[in-house]
Amino acid sequence: MRFSIAVIPLVLFAALAGVFLLNIDKDASVVPSVLIDKPAPEFSLPPLPGREKGLSRADLTQGEVSVLNVFASWCIPCRAEHPLIKRLSREANVPVYGLNYKEKAPEDGVKWLDELGDPYAAVGMDLSGRTGIDFGVYGVPETFIIDGNGQIRYKHVGPVTVEVLEKVLLPKIAEIKG
Amino acid sequence: MIRRLSILVSALAVLLPVLAVTPALAVNPDEMLSNPVLEERAREISKELRCLVCQNQSIDDSDAELARDLRVLVRERLVAGDDNQEVIDYIVARYGDYVLLNPPLKPETYILWASPAVLVVLAILAVFAFYRRKKRDGSPASASLSKDEQKRLDELLGSSKDDGKS
Repeated sequence: MRFSIAVIPLVLFAALAGVFLLNIDKDASVVPSVLIDKPAPEFSLPPLPGREKGLSRADLTQGEVSVLNVFASWCIPCRAEHPLIKRLSREANVPVYGLNYKEKAPEDGVKWLDELGDPYAAVGMDLSGRTGIDFGVYGVPETFIIDGNGQIRYKHVGPVTVEVLEKVLLPKIAEIKG
Repeated sequence: MIRRLSILVSALAVLLPVLAVTPALAVNPDEMLSNPVLEERAREISKELRCLVCQNQSIDDSDAELARDLRVLVRERLVAGDDNQEVIDYIVARYGDYVLLNPPLKPETYILWASPAVLVVLAILAVFAFYRRKKRDGSPASASLSKDEQKRLDELLGSSKDDGKS
């Protein structure tokens, strides 16, 4: 009896330590998306100034896996991940679409792409940020993997790094392609 | 007297500006609705919704761009005729339960909601158990010295008496 009571704090401590240990690598700022395995929201966005094609939900339901990358010219991490988005569009063999999120001026996104190169199959301009909200975007950059039926299958929050690209995104895309 | 008065005045001079500061409002005048009833409801809803950028502020408190967009969205939904719950559901559908500063009661959160009550009950039980044992162990029978203890005490006292004599 006495012994079992003495063991309780020890067990509680071990359990707590275990929980902390399991969570030590988790980034608490990443909010799990509720949209995973749900259909992508309905949207239709105008093209960037001087371009012909915008972006709408129909582009994401063409029967093939696609990637939607949310970016903005004012977003520093977007600049950092941009070479990797280029790599993604070369290596993944799926269309990578861009959601140009909340530019201060409409032409900012185009200038940015002219400067850094444009890996996107098409870009939609979301000046109000409303489509972003429909996608549950809370911090650019964000990268969605969407299957051929327009279902959101994966979301990465924050800049894509070499590690994320090689260990998460490319395998995920391959897996969803099946 | 004059000295005391001057201390009071200087204390006030220091304190008044501090007291006069009101908390800065994140809600900008241009976001507010002209209908005071709807605006009041918007404020109420906004206080319940977490800003996803700053995470421990409500969108009502936050200066983040996204918080502003969500405040405007909340007001738009209200003007469109949604009731408070519909507005909250609209935001939750996009950002999940995480945006609610008050977690909802549902199977996933039963442990969260029950744990304070469970801990209180456990603590009360522990206190009871502690006192019951104390009462049992500390009963008058065991409070008095055992034979061995009495003998040893006598010896000690006896020996000190002896010391006193010699």
